[in-house]
Order: sequence, then structure tokens, then C-alpha cells
Amino acid sequence: MYTLSNVKAYYDSPRGPVKAVDDVTLEILPNEILGIAGESGCGKSTLIKVIYGHIKPPLRLVSGEIRAEMKDNGQITILSAKDLPKVWWEFISYVPQASMSVLNPVMRIENQFFDAVSRFHRAGSREEIRQQVADYLKELDLPVEVLKAYPHQLSGGMRQRVLVALATFLHPQIILADEPTTALDVVVQRGILRMLTRVQQAMGNTLIIVSHDMGVHYQITRRMAIMYAGQLVEVGPTERIFSAPQHPYTEMLIKSLPRIGDHSAREGISGRPPSLLDPPPGCPFAPRCPAAMDICTQVRPPLVQTEDDHLAACFLHEEALAAAHAQKEGAQS
Amino acid sequence: MSSEKVMELKGLTRAFRIGGLLTGSRLLAVDDVSLTLAAGEPAILSIVGESGSGKTTMARIMLRLLEPSGGDVYINGRHVFAGANRMDSHEFRRFVQPIFQNPFEAFSSRKPVDSYLYETALNLGAAANRKQAREVIADALNSVGLDIGLVEGKYPNQFSGGELQRISIARALIPNPKLIVADEPVSMIDASLRMNIVNLFLQLKKERQVSFIYITHDLSTAYYVSDYIAIMYRGNLVELGPSDAILTDPQHPYTELLMDSVPKIGEKWDDVAVLPDVETKEYAVTHCKFAARCPYVRDICRQQRPPLVEVGPERQALCFRPVDYAPQSEHVVAAAGI
Repeated sequence: MYTLSNVKAYYDSPRGPVKAVDDVTLEILPNEILGIAGESGCGKSTLIKVIYGHIKPPLRLVSGEIRAEMKDNGQITILSAKDLPKVWWEFISYVPQASMSVLNPVMRIENQFFDAVSRFHRAGSREEIRQQVADYLKELDLPVEVLKAYPHQLSGGMRQRVLVALATFLHPQIILADEPTTALDVVVQRGILRMLTRVQQAMGNTLIIVSHDMGVHYQITRRMAIMYAGQLVEVGPTERIFSAPQHPYTEMLIKSLPRIGDHSAREGISGRPPSLLDPPPGCPFAPRCPAAMDICTQVRPPLVQTEDDHLAACFLHEEALAAAHAQKEGAQS
Repeated sequence: MSSEKVMELKGLTRAFRIGGLLTGSRLLAVDDVSLTLAAGEPAILSIVGESGSGKTTMARIMLRLLEPSGGDVYINGRHVFAGANRMDSHEFRRFVQPIFQNPFEAFSSRKPVDSYLYETALNLGAAANRKQAREVIADALNSVGLDIGLVEGKYPNQFSGGELQRISIARALIPNPKLIVADEPVSMIDASLRMNIVNLFLQLKKERQVSFIYITHDLSTAYYVSDYIAIMYRGNLVELGPSDAILTDPQHPYTELLMDSVPKIGEKWDDVAVLPDVETKEYAVTHCKFAARCPYVRDICRQQRPPLVEVGPERQALCFRPVDYAPQSEHVVAAAGI
């Protein structure tokens, strides 16, 4: 439905390119909740920008291909990265971080809805749209009064709910949510995550959620992509990611997390993530990996299937060694 | 005042004016909080609350950065803010040291980080001269797993957030304080490095006999690191007790809601739970502030301030439910303390 193939997206900086998305291949499936996990600075927000087609300097698409299939009344249109901004809201929409103010502070909420909707041909008269918006808010259990409010009159949690409503009003095929609940209270967070998953269920579309919180991923996602230093190191079903991680980084990260009711000692991962200006030539995790071998510091492990629907980029899997050999021979011949 | 207490808060209140001069109202960020941290075995007490619970205001008062509007703060049995026998700034800083959320803000980017360590050592009397100071600093850095040779002369941007937070912990250790107040010390640290900092608190408690007040919104690390937990809600201390007891068997309905809302790994949410929303009005009410969201609410909760009642060994909750909603009760305890 939506495929990224070997995508490299770098930020230009005076010190050279910042390799925030460095050779990412990812297939996004219809009707799924996909989580993108990783620590701050691993490139996950940049990956979301690329998926959204919001590629503006200093961010630059260096190479790779983006191919999306948009279904509209039984017709399929193939879109590339540059086509995406034209289909924002109706094909793909974006829920920003809760801490960011994207709502116009001097405009009533209802006018922000009109602004977003009236750009599309399906928009009817103002009164018709008002009714549709009111109905939609009711469906989402939101008070209709928020339409008359200005953003500052709403609590942080309510503002974020309005943004979810705004982003999903036109029934997009893909909803991107970038840390949608960071900086909100956990009680409010739970309500907003439930709202997102309900919308996804009702519409049968794809929800992609970026979070640094592995607990959030465990609760709501069905598939996860783990990002480290601009690269995807593991992609697989959420349940398997937690029960049988295939990459040492994922395994160590999950093991480091304290759990309520369990006092056993937890260790962080020693060392620190590499600079995206100058990532190591091999596996980006090799300098911190207790299982690193010679090859890990020299050759970048390809992302290969290690079990059903589960991919990992690690030479501890023979599949990765075989793929690296095949690549090398292919390059020589 | 007995000096058997590292820290004692008595009826601590702090109000802020919000809105305009004439139309504005008072917001009670900290509302009549009493809490003690006993001397003896060092302990880690977590103060857990969401944004707006008053936990950061409490931290600032406990660090002498903000004056309370009412109530008293005692450190080592001595008044901090008033009275003839008041602790002076110098004494205070030798006894209580802070760790802040953002280590990059704690150090100026234009000064080598070790200059701060020398300042602390010389100003607080931990060393008489630079040579002695270097020994004290080396020892403090050693306690947090850093070598002085790798720190000297370097600027903040040459360290990761985790390393810099270690250095600010080392700085806090220099005067050999009895209490460290750490306000959200790991929220800016990468997840994979967070536990190294949290483990350091456990190690320092044991090796350097220092108590910690760990202020956080994160229940999982609070559970992991602390001996005692205080739960804050809208300026009230609503529950206090040993961390195991509180988190495995919460007595206050808010603690229960908080526990249910944490996205835990290994235990999926029940999708039908009622999720009451936030009310800003809750700050102003004089009855139970959680009443509007509480599943166990009765009339009395909307009429009277709930009592702080004993709900188990070393455990208290600010709630009518444990005393069967009785208006007066002999179970009422004067102040929360551990």
C-alpha cells in the first residue's frame, strides 16, 4: 500500500549531512497500527516527515523511492514523495506532538475545521460542513461546544483530541501521529490513545504512531519498527518484539525498562548512540553491542527476515551473513 | 523540633496568582502538605505526580529557591525560612543539594564543567585549596563512575546528556550532603541510559549514606528506586507509604487511576475502563479535589476536606473511603511521615 525503498533523507548542516534517515526500507500495510520506536535523535520524527512527504530544506531526499497507492472510488493512483502534499488530509494526515501548537491561536476551532475541509471538492455549504463536523465530534465523544472555543480555552488533552478529530475528519488512509501524547498526563494519554485506536478500528485505515515509550507500543501497536541511529534495526509483530526480540539493541532496551511489581536490577546500555554526522561504517550499534564480531564493525548488516513477518539487521542471524555475502558477490560480478 | 528528621514539611502551602490583577484568582500549587523524612538509615522518597500536581513547586521550596506562602520547612531540625535559629544559605547547601532536569542548563556552555566542581568544593568548605579540591572532586566523580582525567578542561557540549547528568550528581556530592533533591533527573536522558543514572541513586544511598527526594512523573522508575512514595494530586499529598505497598495495593482512588493509566509492558489495558477527564477547577475546591473524577465518591467528599488517615503500616491516604465516609475519625493522623 505504501512502500519506502532504500530511502536516505539527510539534513544539510555546516558540518556535513546529518544522516537522520539512512537507507530505510519499510512496507506500510493497510489496516494496521504500526509503531515506530527509538530514542530521541534516532531519526524517527524525520522518518515520519518523509512518510508524510513533508521534505523541506535543510531536509533533503538523497536517494531511494517512495511509492504510495491511493484508493479513491475504486481507482488507484500511484503517488511519489512530491505528490504527497497534494493529498494531505484526504489520503494521509498528521497529528503533531502535543507540546507543539499547530492550531491558530486567534481562530475558533470550527473555523480551523472549515479551513482544512473547504480545500477539498467534497465540501458542501458552510452549514452542511458545520453539521458534519458536529456529528463527527459526537461520534468521537467530544463536546460540540469545543467548536466555538479558541485553542487556549481548551486543556492540553482536549486540544490534542481536537487535532485527532481534525486529522481524521476526511477519513484518510494513513494517520501519522508523532509522539501524540508526550508531555500529557498518563491518564489523559490513555484517553487519547484509545481515541486514536477507536478511529483506526472504525475506519479500517493505517495508524502509524511514533513514541519513545515502549509501554505505549506494547499497549496499542500490532507491528513495530525499531530505529537506531537513522536505521531500522528490527521490524516485526509487537508481541514478538517484546517476547523474542531479534536485535541486541531491542533486547537490551526492553530488558533495561523497570516494571512495577518487579524489583530485579535493571542495567542501562553502556556507551551512547553514534553521531548521525559520522555514523560507524558497520552496524550502528556495534560499538555498544556485547555480541559484536569483526564483521559488525566493517559491514552494515542488511535487514533480513529471521522469522515469520519479522525482520532484523544483525549478523547474529545467519540470514544476514548470507545476504551480505550475496550482496558482496553481486557487487563483484 | 527534633533533629531526628532529615527533612520536615509542616502544613506547607504555596499559592500563585493567575490571571489579571483584578480578575485573577489564586491557585494553590501546594495545599497544606505535611511530610517528614526521618534520619537514620538513608532512604529514597519519590514524590510522584502529573504536571500541575505541585511536585516541582515543592522541590523548589525544599531547595530554598522559592518561599512558601504558609507552613514551615525544617531541615535537620532547623527552620529554613523563618525564625532566629534559621539555617543560613551556606549551611543549607552543605546539607541539601539539588539535581535538575536538564543537565545542559545546569552548566554554562562557555565554561569548562570542572570549574563548577571547583567552585562548589571551595565555596562550601569541602576543600581548603585547589589541590585538596581536586582530590575531593576526583572522589566525587569516581563515585559516579567517571575519571577526573576525562572530565578536566572539557566543555558541556563534549559530553552526552547522561554523562553530564553524572557530573551534576558528582557536583552535588562534593559537600557530602545528607539529602539530594532531584527534580525529574532522568526525563531528558535517553531511555537506554536512564537506568544507569537511577542505579547510581541506589548505589550512592548505600555507599555515601545520602537520602534522596526523587521527583518524577514516572511511576516505573519511582517503584524501582524508592523506599517510599508520596503521590501528589492538585497540590495535595493524597497517599504516602512504602513503594511496594502503594503500587501493589493503592488505597487512594487517584493512585488507583494513575496505576491503571500507566502503559505497562506485559499487561494490556482493559478497554472499557472509565477515564474521567481533567478539571482545572479542582485546584480551587476545598473538599476532595478528586471527587469529580472518583468512582467511589459520596456526598461527604463534595462537602468536606478528606482526612489524612492511617491505612496500614507507615501508610496514609487523604480519603474518606478508608474510614467509611465518617465525618470525624480517630484514625486521622496529624502529619504524613516515614
